[in-house]
Amino acid sequence: MSDGPILSARDVSIAFGAVRAVDGVSLDLWPGEVLAVVGESGSGKSTLLRLLAGEARPDAGTVLYRDPSGATLDVHGMGEPARRRLARTEWGFVHQDPRDGLRLAVSAGGNVGERLMASGARHYGDIRTEAARWLERVEIPAARIDDAPRLFSGGMRQRLQIARTLVTRPRLVFMDEPTGGLDVSVQARLLDMIRALVADLGIAVILVTHDIAAARLLAHRLVVMRHGRVVEEGLTDRVLDDPRHPYTQLLVSSVLAA
Amino acid sequence: MSWTLKAEGLAKGFTLHLQGSIEIPVLRDAALEVSPGECVALSGPSGAGKSTLMRLLQGNYGADSGCILLRRPDGSVADLAGASPREVIALRRDTIGHVSQFLRVIPRVPAVEIVAEPLVARGISREEARARASALLHRLNLPERLHALPPATFSGGEQQRVNLARGFVADFPLMLLDEPTASLDAANRDVVIALIGEAKARGAALVGIFHDAEVRDRVADRVLEVAPLREAA
Repeated sequence: MSDGPILSARDVSIAFGAVRAVDGVSLDLWPGEVLAVVGESGSGKSTLLRLLAGEARPDAGTVLYRDPSGATLDVHGMGEPARRRLARTEWGFVHQDPRDGLRLAVSAGGNVGERLMASGARHYGDIRTEAARWLERVEIPAARIDDAPRLFSGGMRQRLQIARTLVTRPRLVFMDEPTGGLDVSVQARLLDMIRALVADLGIAVILVTHDIAAARLLAHRLVVMRHGRVVEEGLTDRVLDDPRHPYTQLLVSSVLAA
Repeated sequence: MSWTLKAEGLAKGFTLHLQGSIEIPVLRDAALEVSPGECVALSGPSGAGKSTLMRLLQGNYGADSGCILLRRPDGSVADLAGASPREVIALRRDTIGHVSQFLRVIPRVPAVEIVAEPLVARGISREEARARASALLHRLNLPERLHALPPATFSGGEQQRVNLARGFVADFPLMLLDEPTASLDAANRDVVIALIGEAKARGAALVGIFHDAEVRDRVADRVLEVAPLREAA
């Protein structure tokens, strides 16, 4: 971890009518760091993620991204074409519902290859080889490379979305409840896969989740959100084992030990 | 020689907001200094705060006041009590080794990888890290066939040996040992005593909770009494 944060948000806010969905949130993410944003439904964590990724525009506040050359870019000031270029090259976004991140009628190999092509790859053979390598990496049998993901199980679709996102080796990945809606047995496999890939590739990740165990497994640091605000943040195991804020204590004490 | 760990004025209490904001003071003005090559055993009745002190020294709990000065391998000094999360992570990578009673099992990760991880985190190649991990697991009498398995299904004693190997595989200047021999048989207990002796010989400072009096007598240079605070009204 070097130099400075890869992403910095300052006083980011957005309101939907009278509801302050995100209310004055500031955070820094460092290269190679996994930051989990936890909180219950309606806490504003998914909205925050969309603001950080530039998919929605805040009413106030700034989000700065530091690119590989060290230049600082204003995520909401760079213009849509520039942001889209970032989104398909240096960034990745893993949606809770793989249908939002995949093209269900396109083959598994095509889904992975498409993102490679969007970031500039042109040689068909190389693209297919790389796609096959990534399917293997996310434990999808090579024999399924020409099958469309609409034929896949939920867990397989989510693994395919991970492959599609990581194939371009992004520096920064936004994940919105990546294990939500999956069976528990499938969740463990996916979590372990994300953990290993993120560590191997040294990707910086902002992970939005309501799953405390997932946050403990994956995140270096934790941000606890409630009513659009950050109520507590810090080292993951310290926030979970020595929670200070009443809401964090409630959140931690509500988890059933298996 | 100068200290490796020097903690002063440590206070720690808990406010239980869900139980009517009851305040539970655990430590007040706790102090501890440990030199290289020295092993200090924490002693005191159950509930006195031994484990709380260990967790403070590991950065798992945050101190309410006081400082925890640590000397890093390069000789520089860091205050764990005031360190940022990223600094705590760096200190755990190069300065603070930790053996807890219980292994936090990661799904699907084999025992040998769990043990090798502290070495990999320091930039040692995966092959060398695995070889050193495997050698240490052998020394702790964990059969070869178990090395490639995730420890979720291991017995308590086997899991503890994975934990011990993970703690001792890298040369940390400070080692924190929370009941390192609790579920071990006599042969493995002797291995742990030998490992502690080797850590002292290379200049590590150790702090431990040892309920086994024989182990404590054999490894500890000094005993620090942790006295319970009187219950606050």
